[in-house]
Amino acid sequence: MAPTPSSTTSTLTLDINGEKHHLSVDHRTTLLDALRERLGLTGTKKGCDQGQCGACTVLLDRRRVVSCLHLAVAAEGREITTIEGIADGDDLHPVQQAFLDLDGYQCGYCTPGQVCSAIAVIEEHAAGWPSAATEDVRPESVPPPLTPDEIRERMSGNLCRCGAYVSIVQAVARGARAHEEARTATAEEAAA
Amino acid sequence: MKEFDYRRAQDVTGAVALLAAAADARFLGGGTNLVDLMKSGVERPDLLVDVRELPLDRVESTADGGLRIGATVTNSDLAAHPDVRRRYPALTQAVLAGASGQLRNMATVGGNLLQRTRCGYFTDVSGPCNKRVPGSGCPAVAGEHHNHAVLGASGHCVAVHPSDMGVALTAFDAQVRYETLDGPGEVPLTDLYLPVGDTPHRETTLPPGALITHITLPPAPLAAHSRYRKVRERASYAFAIGSVAAALDMKDGQVREARLALGAVASRPWRARAAETVLTGAPATGETFAAAADAELAAAAPLPDNGYKVTLMRNLMVSVLTELAEGDAR
Repeated sequence: MAPTPSSTTSTLTLDINGEKHHLSVDHRTTLLDALRERLGLTGTKKGCDQGQCGACTVLLDRRRVVSCLHLAVAAEGREITTIEGIADGDDLHPVQQAFLDLDGYQCGYCTPGQVCSAIAVIEEHAAGWPSAATEDVRPESVPPPLTPDEIRERMSGNLCRCGAYVSIVQAVARGARAHEEARTATAEEAAA
Repeated sequence: MKEFDYRRAQDVTGAVALLAAAADARFLGGGTNLVDLMKSGVERPDLLVDVRELPLDRVESTADGGLRIGATVTNSDLAAHPDVRRRYPALTQAVLAGASGQLRNMATVGGNLLQRTRCGYFTDVSGPCNKRVPGSGCPAVAGEHHNHAVLGASGHCVAVHPSDMGVALTAFDAQVRYETLDGPGEVPLTDLYLPVGDTPHRETTLPPGALITHITLPPAPLAAHSRYRKVRERASYAFAIGSVAAALDMKDGQVREARLALGAVASRPWRARAAETVLTGAPATGETFAAAADAELAAAAPLPDNGYKVTLMRNLMVSVLTELAEGDAR
């Protein structure tokens, strides 16, 4: 980034899905608008544009954030992952596959945000983070299983106006199981 | 949104100097409140000083057994920290009760304390609001105020502070450390917020241009036995209509020491000292808990549509204290 004295624009480099993108932005540009309007990455959706609906969820340094309240200029130097960077080529991410197999959507508009958020939820849970649905938050307590109550609480920042929540909860649970199986398989490979 | 300059600060001294050099600058942490207010035109800075890369992102134990929390620690990292979960569980519960997973990953501890009210008249720039335009009036007093203050308000403003985190920090005697051009300073969190009076646009006692650098929590063994409970109009992802952070130290059925703070009832996280006085040394019974709640709420001055909060807070205090006492007896 090269700011000039009292400038209202910056030239910056954004690291998105492993690719460097160079662009000049007005400082008012949100990460969401930079992705959609400047870089053609329209998989990330604009819902409320006020940080309330979660449709614009992306991963910043592997953590989920709402891109509508994040300035593009403030995202320089961070590793940005959008829905376009979730699959491995033509192989869908297990969470994407679970949403597809279980109909975790109707119109699909909130789905990219739901998928990005769900992937982060599974990692947060695997890292032992408690949630507001966790009865005992002390670190000595047994980590709570990812029950439907835990999933609903952890996914509460992603609204679905079609009301596909029942299948979304099932898809997140299946995605979490696939993630756990993959981890176990990797651990067994390493042991063998 | 008004155009603005943007700078990233590399150290605390530089951040304070950058802010002071502009006419109307703001520090940018997670931006979850500030960017939203800039979009709606409530905030119109000419410069943002991004403080997220400052080396203030750690939670550390202090020599005396307390905690030192950097101002740019995210809500998520604070809530997940083992020492917070073990020694101040109500703080983890309070943080996790607020906002969404996405917002908690962005939001910072310093920004949480300085976030603005979510009163609908404050965020609507088309109408009057004494907090936004001093002297323009407060439409909430005779208007929509079902979630407004019942304690410490004035006819000039009845807005509530929206923080959950701040309620738990208030119960645990947090100190706020800050840096200015003239050097560092410190203020107890209970003295950070100014009384509403006739100047609701003046919100804190921080000197102009001060940057919050740390929050310190003194050692508090009773905080290991603490609880935060929040009441809201839906099950998750909503601001409180009332909340309680409480800790109890009991022996032989008597309360030796109690900490109690209330949320969503005033322009600041509300330390319930009148209730604590009643609790200290009294038998840990439902009668004592009700008397303590009544002592705190004696000063309540509800508006026509938020009187329910007085009953709600009384029941909430009794319920949380009872739960803590029963847990202790187990």
